[in-house]
Amino acid sequence: MPEPMLSMSHIKKSFGGVKALVDGNLDLEAGRIHALCGGNGAGKSTILSILMGFYKPDAGEIRLNGEPVQFHSPQQALAAGIAIVQQELSGIPHLTVAENIFLGEEPRRGAFVDFPKLYRQADALLSSLGFAIDPRARLDTLTVASQQLIEIAKALSRHDARIVIFDEPTSAIGEKDAERLFEVLRELAAAGKAIVYVTHRLAEIFQIADDYTVFQDGARVATGQVADINRERLIEMMIGGAIEGEFVKENAPTAEPVLELSGLGRAPWFEGVDLTLHAGEILGVYGLVGSGRTEMLDTIYGLETPDEGEIKVFGRPLPPGDVKAALATGLSYVTEDRKRTGLILSASVGSNLSLAHLRHLHSLGFVKRPAERALIDRAIAGMRIKTPSPAQLVRNLSGGNQQKVVFGRCTAGEPKILLLDEPTRGVDVGAKKEIYRFISNFARAGGAVLMVSSELDEIIGMSDRVLVIKQGRNVAELPRRAADQKSLMMAAL
Amino acid sequence: MQTGSRAGTNPLAMREYGIVFAFIGLCILVGALCQLKVVQGTWPQNAFLTVNNLLLILHQISVNGVLAVGMTFVIISGGIDLSVGSLLAFSGMMAASFATRSPGVTAWAGNYGAFIPIVVALAVGSASGALNGWIISRFKIQAFIATLGMLMAGRGFTMAVTNGNPISALGPEFRWFGTGKLFDAIPIPAVILGIVFLLAWIILNKTVFGRYVYAVGGNEKSARTSGINTKAILIWVYVLSGFLAGVAGVILTAKTGSAQTAAGTSYELDAIAAVVIGGASLSGGIGRLTGTFFGALIIGVMNNGLDILGVQSFYQLIIKGSLIVFAVILDPSRKLTA
Repeated sequence: MPEPMLSMSHIKKSFGGVKALVDGNLDLEAGRIHALCGGNGAGKSTILSILMGFYKPDAGEIRLNGEPVQFHSPQQALAAGIAIVQQELSGIPHLTVAENIFLGEEPRRGAFVDFPKLYRQADALLSSLGFAIDPRARLDTLTVASQQLIEIAKALSRHDARIVIFDEPTSAIGEKDAERLFEVLRELAAAGKAIVYVTHRLAEIFQIADDYTVFQDGARVATGQVADINRERLIEMMIGGAIEGEFVKENAPTAEPVLELSGLGRAPWFEGVDLTLHAGEILGVYGLVGSGRTEMLDTIYGLETPDEGEIKVFGRPLPPGDVKAALATGLSYVTEDRKRTGLILSASVGSNLSLAHLRHLHSLGFVKRPAERALIDRAIAGMRIKTPSPAQLVRNLSGGNQQKVVFGRCTAGEPKILLLDEPTRGVDVGAKKEIYRFISNFARAGGAVLMVSSELDEIIGMSDRVLVIKQGRNVAELPRRAADQKSLMMAAL
Repeated sequence: MQTGSRAGTNPLAMREYGIVFAFIGLCILVGALCQLKVVQGTWPQNAFLTVNNLLLILHQISVNGVLAVGMTFVIISGGIDLSVGSLLAFSGMMAASFATRSPGVTAWAGNYGAFIPIVVALAVGSASGALNGWIISRFKIQAFIATLGMLMAGRGFTMAVTNGNPISALGPEFRWFGTGKLFDAIPIPAVILGIVFLLAWIILNKTVFGRYVYAVGGNEKSARTSGINTKAILIWVYVLSGFLAGVAGVILTAKTGSAQTAAGTSYELDAIAAVVIGGASLSGGIGRLTGTFFGALIIGVMNNGLDILGVQSFYQLIIKGSLIVFAVILDPSRKLTA
């Protein structure tokens, strides 16, 4: 076996008390494409960040071509020939392709940019990579796929890159453009570079990667050649064993429908979605990011207006695009991103809790403070929110407690149907269990829960039924006993 | 909660007290500088620390104070209103056209006492503000741009009313609102400012509407998810700002005795300065009327004190400009809003 170009062995890294990497290993060979797999929090991004010089490892060794190296900064890693192609498109739309590629390193003549030289350089680079892109075109006139290629050119222009990391490069582009990208990857590998490829789309791994490494709970659990495994085996390796007692589930679904969607659609996000949610039921909705899940919840709740289809709550049609009507019929919505859409960070815990209920807590427009205070105290006690006082600014709370504030607001009005979007994202284990207990109790008391999540464990642990959404359509419905990780991932990918 | 009654842990309250100390400090500084002149024998008495001068300061800040009250609502809601100076001029001009004894400046000009011109000014201000709010919420245009348009258009309307001429010879009933005194002592504009401030404070702190203004500015999406009609809230915020520009227009026109087409030019900047010195965040969701009140007072005391001390007006501008920037740099809770 040849000496690997890069070898990272027994890397450890903790953040505070949280062990992000326990035993991180990664071996890359020149001229090969290496797929890095694992769920969220498995340690993939931590080991890549260490390779990129963003974090210092607590322990372990990195060898580049057999020589031990240490990267104290991203600049050092770049200088050693390690380049990353950013996942998110970070170009400047109103500058040209060439200006974007050489941003910050423009050839100059005195204080002025030497444009002729800039375009010559860009031309040479693009043609050497085989990209047929005009360096004088403004970036925003290009397709997203071409912009992604520009990101690659940018990463390769800076230094003589020997290792190129691609972090979910196809998340924003379509299949045809992905094909073009794969060609480029193969050419780069053929030119002797080592490629790291991170993706959640398993099919791509079998399409393009030569080697694989699977991470789980901060350690490498498997590595080898892609040719030796199949998709099922890969999923099994990624799943490993599940933790016991993580979830609380004591509800029992009834046969009484409370929320019915028929043929619901909103272009371009989703279409023809049918589902029935029953009292006492927790219905999980699983799908990849971008599958239209959040948009569906937004539409049910009335934040957006559907193009087609009908929403019925307790057998009665719900007026579309009317949040107040949704609230009045007993719907409540815990949104995906508590900082962006959930909380008012500049306000106190109390104001956040009472916000959705002030319309019932006033006389002649004046807030009834004692009634408001009572509602706030009930919500803090009910959700066990840890805050020194209701006057505390919500931004000073921990992630778990912030999420409990969102739950507290949504449930203070005694809703009958809860729409949850990623209910435990960015929440520590302890608070997670409390939230699960709350969800379970809510359903046990006759409430109905529609829960969107991209965490498979959570979907399987909490749901009575699981609906799988793929590219804006519901493609499968699985009862609890049939919903395991393998079948869900198979349906969603 | 919003009233900050539990001050201990609430940085918003700290901000509020900070500005009171800054105000007191400024008064002591100006008073001491004036006292120095008395000690040196240049002045017979301390010209700053007299009841009349303090009442004069209130009189002087009344126009900016009223505008700043409206601006506080706008800034808390996450917007900005650049048009208040122009709307002040427009509503003042319209009011004057119904309070003048020199007929013929407009087709409808005449003296109709005080009530009608005031109602006209308030209606003109409110309607223009409603247009601002409607454009901002309906077309999702940045408030900066929408009200910049109104800043120019409002000035144009003002000139169009009289073909660019001022209106003078205003009736005494109308002028009382700028020059009259309560109990022969307190200037009516200061009384108006007091009433406006009090009512606005109640609306912002005690009503559901006030809480929604904070919510819309703090996180519009979250407010929408809570079932709040954020568009309506925004429209009302700009109506309020326009209405108060009308009030300010009445005060200024009645005070000076004539409506000038250039009246209120760049007053929006003084109003924004008062709000920002008062601790509000231009990104919305944070701000207090008491802060704004002291912000307006600080600007007023500084203008007045520097005048009394004989500092030339261009140095005054430099000092005022520096103060605004320092006030924000030194704000202890600023990192919270970053």
